[in-house]
Amino acid sequence: MKEKKSLLKNPSFQSILTSLICIVLGLFIGFIVLLMINPAGAGVAIKTILLNFLTRASAAAQMKALGNTLAKTAPLLMCALSICFCYKVGLFNIGAPGQYEAGACIGLYAALAWHCNWVICLLLAAIAGAVVGSISGALKAYRNVNEVISGIMLNWIMLYLTNMVLSGKKVKDPASPYTIKLASGNKSALIPTAGLNKLFANNTTVTIAIPLAILFAILIWMILSKTKFGYELRATGFNKEAAKYAGMKEKQNIIVTLAIGGALAGIGAAFLFLTGYQEWSTTQTSVPGMGFNGIAATFLGGLHPIGTIFASFFIQSITDGGALINKSVYPSQISDLISSIIIYLCGFVLFFKFAINNWISKKDKGGPNVNDVPVKDDAAKAEGGEK
Amino acid sequence: MDAPYAIEMVNITKRFPGIIANDNITLQLKRGEIHALLGENGAGKSTLMSVLFGLYQAEEGVIKKDGKEVKINNPNDANDLGIGMVHQHFKLVQCFTVLENIILGVESTKNGILQMDEARAKVKALSEKYGLQVDPDAKIEDITVGMQQRTEILKMLFRDNEILIFDEPTAVLTPQEIEELMEIMKNLRAEGKSILFITHKLNEIKAVADRVTVLRRGKYIGTVDVANTSKEEMSRMMVGRDVNMVVDKTPAKPKDVILKVENMTVASKMHSNNAVKNVSFEVHEGEIVCIAGIDGNGQTEFVYGLTGMEPLVDGKITLCGEDITKESIRKRSKLLSHIPEDRHKHGLVLDYPLEYNMVLQRYYQPEFTSKAGFLKRGEIRAYSERLEKEFDVRSGQGPITIARAMSGGNQQKAIIAREVDKDHKLLVAVQPTRGLDVGAIEGVHKQLIAERDEGRAVLLISLELEEVMNVPDRILVMYEGEIVGELDPKKTTVEELGLYMAGAKRNVTIDANTAEIEPSEVVDTAARKEEA
Repeated sequence: MKEKKSLLKNPSFQSILTSLICIVLGLFIGFIVLLMINPAGAGVAIKTILLNFLTRASAAAQMKALGNTLAKTAPLLMCALSICFCYKVGLFNIGAPGQYEAGACIGLYAALAWHCNWVICLLLAAIAGAVVGSISGALKAYRNVNEVISGIMLNWIMLYLTNMVLSGKKVKDPASPYTIKLASGNKSALIPTAGLNKLFANNTTVTIAIPLAILFAILIWMILSKTKFGYELRATGFNKEAAKYAGMKEKQNIIVTLAIGGALAGIGAAFLFLTGYQEWSTTQTSVPGMGFNGIAATFLGGLHPIGTIFASFFIQSITDGGALINKSVYPSQISDLISSIIIYLCGFVLFFKFAINNWISKKDKGGPNVNDVPVKDDAAKAEGGEK
Repeated sequence: MDAPYAIEMVNITKRFPGIIANDNITLQLKRGEIHALLGENGAGKSTLMSVLFGLYQAEEGVIKKDGKEVKINNPNDANDLGIGMVHQHFKLVQCFTVLENIILGVESTKNGILQMDEARAKVKALSEKYGLQVDPDAKIEDITVGMQQRTEILKMLFRDNEILIFDEPTAVLTPQEIEELMEIMKNLRAEGKSILFITHKLNEIKAVADRVTVLRRGKYIGTVDVANTSKEEMSRMMVGRDVNMVVDKTPAKPKDVILKVENMTVASKMHSNNAVKNVSFEVHEGEIVCIAGIDGNGQTEFVYGLTGMEPLVDGKITLCGEDITKESIRKRSKLLSHIPEDRHKHGLVLDYPLEYNMVLQRYYQPEFTSKAGFLKRGEIRAYSERLEKEFDVRSGQGPITIARAMSGGNQQKAIIAREVDKDHKLLVAVQPTRGLDVGAIEGVHKQLIAERDEGRAVLLISLELEEVMNVPDRILVMYEGEIVGELDPKKTTVEELGLYMAGAKRNVTIDANTAEIEPSEVVDTAARKEEA
């Protein structure tokens, strides 16, 4: 009993447990919705969502589908890292979609109009994201404009700016609303596969973007937890005033943080559009979901860069799985509906963590929660120095 | 048999996970007495009052009113039982008038329209009966702290509360205002009100209280008659050992000038005029200079200007012969250590572990960061452990304890350890003993004197009169952003100091004993303020 309790108190275990609870609950509610629409197909449908690529007939088709999911996991992971990184510094980077759009815009324009190779395109996409991020950062640092507000507004500004820029003659396919395929427009801008495509039934969208994204996750984790730079950024995030008191450049830190977040989201866009997986639709009128799904992946991943790797894969997998639901049984919007229910529930990770802690402390002699911040303060006061 | 008790808390036990905040505590308040509740920080006074006020539920024990057991589940229950409280930090609406604040929550209306006349008459009657002078139509933001407190007291009386709790009511008052408050408390007692007076100041207990209940580390130590108990005995009960109440120190041997402030002016964040006006003085090697004054007279802004947290409007700061007026905080911190006023806002990153807080001012130095920019975590751990040991900083899990989970006293000790241990020539200590208990205060004072004796300069900013009188070698009094007097702590009295702090007296020249000028207009302003 004692051991079980101490395991429950372990923060990493709590993170994993609460993430799993969210997933199960999300699937359960999704299942109920399916039952309400059409009870007959619900079991199969929920299975399809969960199994995703495994529902394919042959081994080769399964690998190919897995490759597709992975190819889209990389950009999602980058967006999640962008949000996770900023969150650790106390900033809620809801502007990630806008930074992602900027990355797509400049990355594709450089590829198609200037015929740059993929490395240059990637760098330019990162810079574009960083510039957009630092606009929010500068507004926050110098004018105390909430980064959520400026982020959301920039999401829309960047969307239409990107549509406009990518509608240019050199980059847009005259016959469709999409940009020119890189395979025909500029092969050098495609991120190399380095043989990875062979593992996935020659799916050429499987590129080194995937391992690179994982490397970025490890890099972000290292920066945050092991370096002086991370120490400063986190101190600024936790307590801006204390950071200032300690002689840190707290304003600069806020801008730098959002610039890095923006660069990560910008690279995320490059990781999708430079693989040739899809083209930018210049007539889209909604902010791409990638950045927003990144929020769910961040929370589901326990706000830990390494956790977001797995969370991103899961979210991308159910999104893809949702697309496979039998459209003759369910309306075509069902896939988005179900995956968004699950993603929505993923945001409840912190709530469940709180609930678990409350439950633990109730078992420990009925006092208020130890891990609950304000009460902890009280408890410390009441205890006065002795422990 | 004793006279019936107005309120009794019998064998109260309140636990928090891992600690017992109140361990079998009994508190009996007689009708018509002033009963002091004495204890160090963390002794469990606040918890006990929270139980009485219905903010916490005790696991064991009962509360009785007039001998009958009652259940208090929330503050409304407490109000219904006639229990009222003046909180340490007033709960007043700044832009409302005194009268509006008093009736807030118990307004009487007719057809949805406020009936103020009745309330006004009642407030007037009450303030005359108890000698509580207030202007019912003045706005809270315009009146003195003392008057705000009287508003709080009237709030309790307006609700016909019989049991009045005062939570550390003197912390924000001038000596004169404290005396007035003591008179008011005596009046209330004479009218049959029962008063619980929470404090850790022994002088005040001696002055007004009939009996005192002492708590120590959550335990009930005893209840004694104030008249038959000496201050020394009370402090022994509170701390559990003898405390040296007089600060031991040798005369200062000031040498070279370390800090020179010339015509410093700092803007105010709240008002359009300046918070610090044309302040000039020097601090020498080997002396402790104290800036005394009532809270909110520009001390905070002065320190911000000195340490670089806010830019100066005008003036010049020279530290060890170097002009640092325009230097960054980081650059200044090479010679200047700063124990900040607000340890939660500035002094600590509460969500960081203790070890990270210990290097907050030094993390970037080669000792703790490698050339590649990685933190040397082993070194940080070892450094934190050394400081914890040297400065007796206690925490649950040592270096990895999250600062938020530490007690206030130990948080402060950690800050002092960090600031004293790093290289510096000037130590700026802003209210370094705020919220600390008697034992810890003694330690901090010794530390400040040790700093001085090691040949550093100490600039102490304090609101505590006892500290102002005992620790420094020179006192500068700040009033409305100006230095209005320089006093020698050995030659001045608390009363004289109080007059300077209230702006009723000032000397413009440097020596306190030769020229004391009392510009009549200054007296006028102060008097007008009191009347307002």
